[in-house]
Amino acid sequence: MVKFTLNGATLSVDDDPEMPLLWAIRETAGLTGTKFGCGIGECGACTVHIDGAPTRSCQMPVELAAGKAVVTIEGLSGRAAKAVQAAWRQLDVVQCGYCQSGQIMSAVALLSHTPEPSDRDIDTAMNGNLCRCATYNRIRAAIHTAAKMMEG
Amino acid sequence: MTRIVNLSRRKLLKAIGGGSGLVLGVYFSATDRASAIEEPARPLRAGFEPGQLSPNVFVAMDPTGQVTLTVSRPEMGQGIRTTFAMIMADELAAAWPRIVVRQSDGDAKYGDQITDASRSILIMERPLRLAAASVRQMLEAAAAQTWRALIADCRAVDHEVIHVPTARVLPYAQLVKTAMNLPVPNPDKLRLRDSSSRRYIGHAIPSIDMGAMLKGKTPFGADVTLPGIKYASIERCPVYGGKVKNFDPAGAMAVRGVEKVIEIPANPAPSGHLPLGGIAVIASNSWAAFQGRKKLKIEWDLGSNASHDTTAYRAEMQATARRTGKSVRTLGNFESAYAGAAIRVVGEYFVPYQTHATMEPPVAVAAFENSKLIVMAPTQSPQTARAVLAQYLDLKEADIVVRPTFLGNGFGRKALHDYICEAGWLAKATNGRIKVVWTREDDIKHGYYQPICFQRLDGGLDKNGVPIAWRHRTVFPSLASTFHADQVLPDAAQLGQGFVDMPYAIPNLRCEVGAAPAHMRLGPGRGGLNMAHTFAMCSFIDELASAAGKDPANFLFTYYAGPKKIDMKALGVDYPNYSALIEDYPLDVGRLQNVLQFAMDRASWGDPLLPRQGRGLAVHRSFLSYAAAIIVVTVAENGQISIPRIDLVIDCGQVINPDRVKALMEDSIMYGLGFALYGEVTVKNGAVEQRNFDDYPVARAVITPEMHIHVVPSGHPPTGAGDPAVPVIAPALCNAIFAATGKRIRTLPIDLNLLKDAPATAPVPTAGAPAAPTAIPLTPAGPAPKN
Ligand code: FES
Ligand code: FES
Repeated sequence: MVKFTLNGATLSVDDDPEMPLLWAIRETAGLTGTKFGCGIGECGACTVHIDGAPTRSCQMPVELAAGKAVVTIEGLSGRAAKAVQAAWRQLDVVQCGYCQSGQIMSAVALLSHTPEPSDRDIDTAMNGNLCRCATYNRIRAAIHTAAKMMEG
Repeated sequence: MTRIVNLSRRKLLKAIGGGSGLVLGVYFSATDRASAIEEPARPLRAGFEPGQLSPNVFVAMDPTGQVTLTVSRPEMGQGIRTTFAMIMADELAAAWPRIVVRQSDGDAKYGDQITDASRSILIMERPLRLAAASVRQMLEAAAAQTWRALIADCRAVDHEVIHVPTARVLPYAQLVKTAMNLPVPNPDKLRLRDSSSRRYIGHAIPSIDMGAMLKGKTPFGADVTLPGIKYASIERCPVYGGKVKNFDPAGAMAVRGVEKVIEIPANPAPSGHLPLGGIAVIASNSWAAFQGRKKLKIEWDLGSNASHDTTAYRAEMQATARRTGKSVRTLGNFESAYAGAAIRVVGEYFVPYQTHATMEPPVAVAAFENSKLIVMAPTQSPQTARAVLAQYLDLKEADIVVRPTFLGNGFGRKALHDYICEAGWLAKATNGRIKVVWTREDDIKHGYYQPICFQRLDGGLDKNGVPIAWRHRTVFPSLASTFHADQVLPDAAQLGQGFVDMPYAIPNLRCEVGAAPAHMRLGPGRGGLNMAHTFAMCSFIDELASAAGKDPANFLFTYYAGPKKIDMKALGVDYPNYSALIEDYPLDVGRLQNVLQFAMDRASWGDPLLPRQGRGLAVHRSFLSYAAAIIVVTVAENGQISIPRIDLVIDCGQVINPDRVKALMEDSIMYGLGFALYGEVTVKNGAVEQRNFDDYPVARAVITPEMHIHVVPSGHPPTGAGDPAVPVIAPALCNAIFAATGKRIRTLPIDLNLLKDAPATAPVPTAGAPAAPTAIPLTPAGPAPKN
C-alpha cells in the first residue's frame, strides 16, 4: 500500500508498486486530465508536479511517490497557474487539447521558478512536451504573456 | 434541395433537454463521402438533393432562450464545434454565452458525420445557416404575431427581436413558446442575414471548449470509464496478415491484476476496418494488462508478407518507375518532344512509409449489455464505426450506439476502426465492459501507413529554356488494397492528389502510374497522396527552372499559362476533384498565381540573403484550397539546417474563423517540417522497425521557426484548411536547400549528412542587408530533460 497526496487529498494505492504513477492517477484515482502519450518519457503528456517539480508520471513507479505531494492539472492553483490559464485563453492556444494538460503543467512549473523566461528557457523547459497539433508557436507566446501578467 | 421541418412538433427531440422548446432539423441527403478507399466518390452539389432523407443538424432553443447546437462532426482540434457555432450564431442572431454545443452520436438521423479531407465546413455551412435562419424567422414571426405587427418590421438582433418602428423589444426566451406552434418557413422563403450583420464569422472567436480543456476536463476517448470496466491490451502479429499458431497464457495469467487471456481471431488481409487479431490480455488496470502481455508465449504464422523489406521494395519500385506505366493523362507527344529537347532533366523521388502517430493512441470503450452494444471512442466517423461493428459482430445497427468523444488528433487514423472493433469484439465475447488501450508501440507498429512512393520525372527544355516535355511516373501501393484484394494500381481519387492535376502549361505531357503490390496495411494521412506527389512535382519544376537558368518564381508564373481554369474533362482525365463538382470548384490557375504573388510580396522574394542561405517556394492546390510557401533556410557547414523564416499563404475561400485558420496553418507548417525531416517507417522481415517517439521522431517546440501566415481574402465558398497547406512545406524546404547549397534533395526524410561541406551558392549580400535572424537548429530532435 502506497500513500501520497493527490491534489491535497490522501490517496492509498494498492496496486503493483512498480506501476507508473500515471496509471494510479488515471485509473485508480480516476483523474483523467493527465494523459498517456508514449510511456517512455518522450512526450510529456503525463506531466504532473511532484513536490512542485514537473515530473513525467509514466516514468515514476508509484512506490516512489510515497509521502509526496502530487498535483495534476485538476488540482492546479496559484499565481502562475492562473496566469498560464489566462494567457492560454487569450492566445487561444489549444487545438485538439490532448497534450495541453502536460504543456500547462510544464509551463506553470517553469514560471514558478523562472518568472521571466527567455525563449531559450522556454524551449528547454518545453521541448519535452510534444504536440502533434504543433501549438508550439502559441505556447511560446503564451508563456511570455503569462510572465507579463504575473508581473502586473 | 434542403428541407427543414419542425421537430418539436414531431416530438423527436426528447434527447435534447427534456424535449420542450423549438427544435428544427435540417434534412438533406448525405450521400457524399470523401473516402477514397471505400466506395466510389459521388459528386457533391452546393445545394443538396432529396434522397434518403435524414436530419443532419439540430438547432434547438429551449424556453429560457438557451440554444443547443448539435454538432455532427467529431472535434479533433480543427475547431469545428466553435466554427459551426459561429455560423449558426450569426444566422440566428444569437448571443454567444447562450450557446451550448453537444455532440451527435452515430445515429443515421444526423446524416454523414465523417470528418476527413478538410470538407466539414464545405458540406455543412449552408445547411447550418438554413437551420439557424429558420429558427430566427420563426422567432421574428412570433414577435410579429405578439405585437400584431408586420414581419418586415421585426428584426432579430443579439438574442432579441426588435420592432423597428417603435423600438419595442422581446427577448428570444419570451418568443420560443409562440414560435413552436408556427409553421416552418419554406427554404425558398428564407432570408439569410447580410454579411454586414455578422458578429462572429470572420472574427477571432476563442474555442468554445477552452474552459474545460484548461482544467483537463475534456473527455477524450482515452478518458472514458464505466463502473466495472476492464482494460485490454493486445499482442498482435508483427507481420500484416499473420496469425497465431499457438500460445500459452500461463505467464500472463500469473501477473497480478490479469483476469483473462483471449484470442481475437485474425482477419485475413486485406482486413479493412477489422482487427488484425492477436492475444488480448484483460486486466483490472492498463498497466497489469501491459505487464501480462510481456509474459505471453506466442508462436506466429507470419504469412506471406514476412519477406517485405523496404530497401528491396524501394529497388523494385524504382525499376517499375523506369518502365512505361499505365498512362492516365497525355497531351501532345512526349517522346518526340523529349527526344528533340536541348536540355533533359531527370529526377527520381522517394518518400517512405509514414504513420499518423496521433497524440492520443487508438483507444476504445465498449459495453455489451442485454444484447446491445454501446461504444464510446474517438472516431472521425461514428456512422462508419457503427456499420462496421454491426457487420463484424453480427448485430443489428439498431442495437449499437456509437458515441464519439473528443479526439486527441485524427489525421485519418481514427476514420479506420480496427481498435473500435477490437473493443466491441471483446465486450461481446466477455459480455462486459472493456477498454482497449493501445500503447505507442502498438500504434507505431500496427498502423495504417501512408504509402511508400517512388516517382520518376523526365523533363525536356528547348534551347531557350522553355519546358516542352514533362513525364511523371508514380509508383505506390494503393490505399484501396486495405479493403480489396489484388489492388495493384491506385484509383483516380489517389491519382487526383497532386499527380494528374499537374497545373503547368507544358505542351507534351504524360502522367503514368506503375503497379505496386501491397504488403502493409495502408491508410490516408494528413495531406493524402499530395504529400508525396507535391514533393516531387514542386521540386521538379524547380529543377527545370534551374536547368533553364530562370528564377523559379518567374518560371512558375510563365508556365501557369493557358486557360485560367484547367478543364480536366476536356483533357480526357478522370479527375474526381475531391468529390466536389468541377463546375463549382474548378482547378483555377488564377488562384494558384494569386497565392504565389501574395507569397512573393510578403516574403520579399528576390531580396538578398546571407551566405549559406537560400529561399525556396512551392505552390499547390489540394482539397479545393490553394497554398503557397516560401521558406528561407540556412545550411551550416556541418550540414545542420535552420529556418529563419517561413511565409505561408492560404486561399481556402471565405474564412469563418480566421484565427483558427491561422492556427491550422502554424500546425501545417510543423507537420510538413516533421514530414520532411523525420518521418520514416522502415520494414524488415515484414515487421516495422520503429516503436515510439524515440525512433519515430516528430516536430518539437525547439524547431518552431518564425512563421508568417497570410490568409487570402476570398469570396469563394469555404474549402478545406486542415490539409491543403501541409504538402507545400517539404518541397519549399528542399528547394530552399538547393538554392543555398546546390544540393537537390530527392529522398525524404532529408539526410542532413548530404549537406555537409556543401558549397555556399547563395548570393553574398550587398551592404545594408539585414542581419542574420537567430537561427533555430533543426537537429537534434531529442526531448528536453525528463524528470
Ligand atoms: S506518456 Fe509520459 S512522457 Fe509520454
Ligand atoms: S493540442 Fe493537439 S496534440 Fe497538442
